Amino acid sequence: MDQTDATPELLLDATDVAKAYGAVLALRSASLAVRPGEVHALMGANGAGKSTLVKILTGGVRPDHGTILVKGKPFAPRSPTDARRGGIVSVYQEPSLIPDLDVRSNLRLTRTSPESVRHWLAELGLPDLDLTSVVRDLPLAALRIIDLARALAMEPAILMLDEMTAALPANLTERVLEVIGRVKGSAQSVIFISHRMIEIGAVCDRATVLREGSTVGVVEVTERSEDRIVALMLGDIVRRGTVVRSEASAVAARAADATPRLSARNLTVGRELSDVSFDLYPGEVLGVVALEGQGQDELFDVLSGSERPTGGELVVDGQPRSFRHPADAIRAGLVYVPADRAEALLMQRSVRENIALPFTTRFGAWGPIDLRGERKKVEGAISTLQIDTRAAGEVRRLSGGNQQKVTIARWVAGGVRTMLCFDPTRGIDIGTKQQIYQLLRDLAAAGAAVLLYTSELKEVQLACDRAIVIFGGRIVAEIAVADADEATLLRAAYDLRPEELMPEELASAAVAAETADASMVGQP
Amino acid sequence: MSAGQIAVSGRRPDVAAAVVGWARRNTWTVGLFGLLIVFIVVTKILQPNYGAPGVQGLAISILPIAFAAVAQTIVVIGGGIDLSVGPVMALASVTSAVLMKDQSDLFGVGVVIGVLLLGLLVGAINGGLVVVTKVPDIVVTLATSFVWAGTALLILNTPGGGASPWIMAIITGPLGNPWIPKALVVLAILVAVVWVPLRRSRFGLALYAVGSHPLAAFRSGIAVGPTKIVAYALAGFFAALGGLSLTATGGVGAPVPGSYTLQSVAAIVLGGVSLAGGRGGVLGPIIAVIVLALVRTDLFFAGVDPNWSTAIQGAILIGVVMFGSLVAMRKVRA
Repeated sequence: MDQTDATPELLLDATDVAKAYGAVLALRSASLAVRPGEVHALMGANGAGKSTLVKILTGGVRPDHGTILVKGKPFAPRSPTDARRGGIVSVYQEPSLIPDLDVRSNLRLTRTSPESVRHWLAELGLPDLDLTSVVRDLPLAALRIIDLARALAMEPAILMLDEMTAALPANLTERVLEVIGRVKGSAQSVIFISHRMIEIGAVCDRATVLREGSTVGVVEVTERSEDRIVALMLGDIVRRGTVVRSEASAVAARAADATPRLSARNLTVGRELSDVSFDLYPGEVLGVVALEGQGQDELFDVLSGSERPTGGELVVDGQPRSFRHPADAIRAGLVYVPADRAEALLMQRSVRENIALPFTTRFGAWGPIDLRGERKKVEGAISTLQIDTRAAGEVRRLSGGNQQKVTIARWVAGGVRTMLCFDPTRGIDIGTKQQIYQLLRDLAAAGAAVLLYTSELKEVQLACDRAIVIFGGRIVAEIAVADADEATLLRAAYDLRPEELMPEELASAAVAAETADASMVGQP
Repeated sequence: MSAGQIAVSGRRPDVAAAVVGWARRNTWTVGLFGLLIVFIVVTKILQPNYGAPGVQGLAISILPIAFAAVAQTIVVIGGGIDLSVGPVMALASVTSAVLMKDQSDLFGVGVVIGVLLLGLLVGAINGGLVVVTKVPDIVVTLATSFVWAGTALLILNTPGGGASPWIMAIITGPLGNPWIPKALVVLAILVAVVWVPLRRSRFGLALYAVGSHPLAAFRSGIAVGPTKIVAYALAGFFAALGGLSLTATGGVGAPVPGSYTLQSVAAIVLGGVSLAGGRGGVLGPIIAVIVLALVRTDLFFAGVDPNWSTAIQGAILIGVVMFGSLVAMRKVRA
């Protein structure tokens, strides 16, 4: 393998890049070497540090240390304009066009030639776009194509595409991949970030894999490299094999004629979620696994009553329901624990008020609050969840883990029947995580139904009875907990062809190769 | 919409189409113009002998608030808000009146230029504080509004001073035809000379971009902070013009002007400027100022208690804006 020799012929050479946000180490030691004329994939599971590295390369944040060379010259951009001057132009996940201006004015802002953009628009499959249309009125797919055409027209040394194809219809994706492929052999390069393995395989030459903030390997992309990449993204967890398994008693105990607590029937939300059906039974924890932005946000918004589905129906306890407001969902027994605690809590108010809020604010209950009854329920919930109440006067002074416990306690206090948890352990310490898993198991044992979306694959085996996997807005797999090891889940999440388990020898080979790669990459 | 289909339309180069296109993009302004005509007709019905002198008086009375509305428009398009417009007008008014009193015309010209520069400076201070301290604009300009109001009272604590005769002559009376008030011409010229070129410059684009989507603007390479500071400075400039016109119309300095700040916000909202930033122009707010003034005139002619007329103005504001958003929502749904 020759990919690590740091010759000046590299277009981009980033080594040992690190970035911490407060106490959280987002990037430990990332490196990325891009040759001229190649399409280079940047891969990594959620939280591996991809987006931080992208931000550093586009001037959004500055690294704590590490060296970045573009065309052999030091590169330390302080803004996207700076990055562009240095040779890197990025197309972001969300379009960076000004919604209230027309396309032509947007091009004037970046001093891009409209003729050149028109040329690229034609290449990308939008030859007739009216440049006087206001951006706000154009469909999302068109905006992404315009964004890309504008970036191509700037003729950067390195074009960075961050989840560029995520919202594109298939025919436009094809055109985009075809245009990207033309870079091969030229003086330009492309850094390509995508959750879709098929696209990586179709267009990329090499892939750099990040895990937990470090570069763990660089892989030549071939037909067989998919497994290598997945193994690298997973790391040594593949070897660890046996994980603590939750007692999958609920599934066994489920009677054949039991009524599901909650049934989704062909739920559809715009283009984000299509035809999603599943049953959630009392006494079980059902995991939802998906890469970022596959429609899980919309699913939980619909179930919690924040958004109305465009198609399909919801059946709760055998009754068809439609929610116009979260209050309707709560009345039907569906309560929601969001990942962002700031969305759920009144940060300036006390623990007690926060816990009591859901069951004292019902319209019918207006008037004097039964303070004694409230206190009893609240104290019950606090002790069930073991909330540290030393700073109970203001929720924002609690630790993240304790705040998350409060968001759960507010539903537990009133008696919970169905709990919808969206990544409830994001960003909290390991001890509290354990307590939350235990709590979810206890709730299920007491007859509640729990739907748990998690971005940490190992949580499925720690807390769930089975898991459904969503990709591109559809359920692509249902996996029983016994089979739900991380490799299987990750493969399913990338919508790769089903395999029972990754063969043991392949896994260990991957890990061995990865260790070798990591040490080579680490060499200056 | 089916996958992959993207709405596009060909280019229509002819002028008629351009006008239609402008009207379509500025439906709010066109609708407001219609409302203005309605109120003119109502005025004529209520007071059949309303004529050129009435128009003259109207034009002079709206001049200060029209400048205030232009000032507010610029800041709000850039995604901010300026609660110090009224006090800056007071500051400009008293400064000019104190300095101009019993001085030569030439000195008066110098005073006007000096006061406009003062307006730019005061506005730039507002903007600089907003950008540097990152304190919300509403708080910063509320705070500075007290500072400027207090400074104005220190300079002149009761109406006084004087105005150069030429500055009063510039805005009083008709220009040739008795139906064309000088005040309106002055307004049109100043807005055309200062705002129109800016609107078409790179700064104009940047201003709309910053108000529309600051992150996208940043990524497009715009210096967001400096753009905001320039917007506030321009607002200071137009507020100073408003202050000068207060002095010119009254002949004395006005240390405690009316509720120009809130009236300017009312005018821009009615004028189709989005408080969320990035949308609107100066024509709409100026028409809105005239509409609001006519409402007051009509209610006076109709013999309505002045206190009621204020309440009715408020109701009209809410009604029109609600109607406008309902129409806009329909358009989006369709």
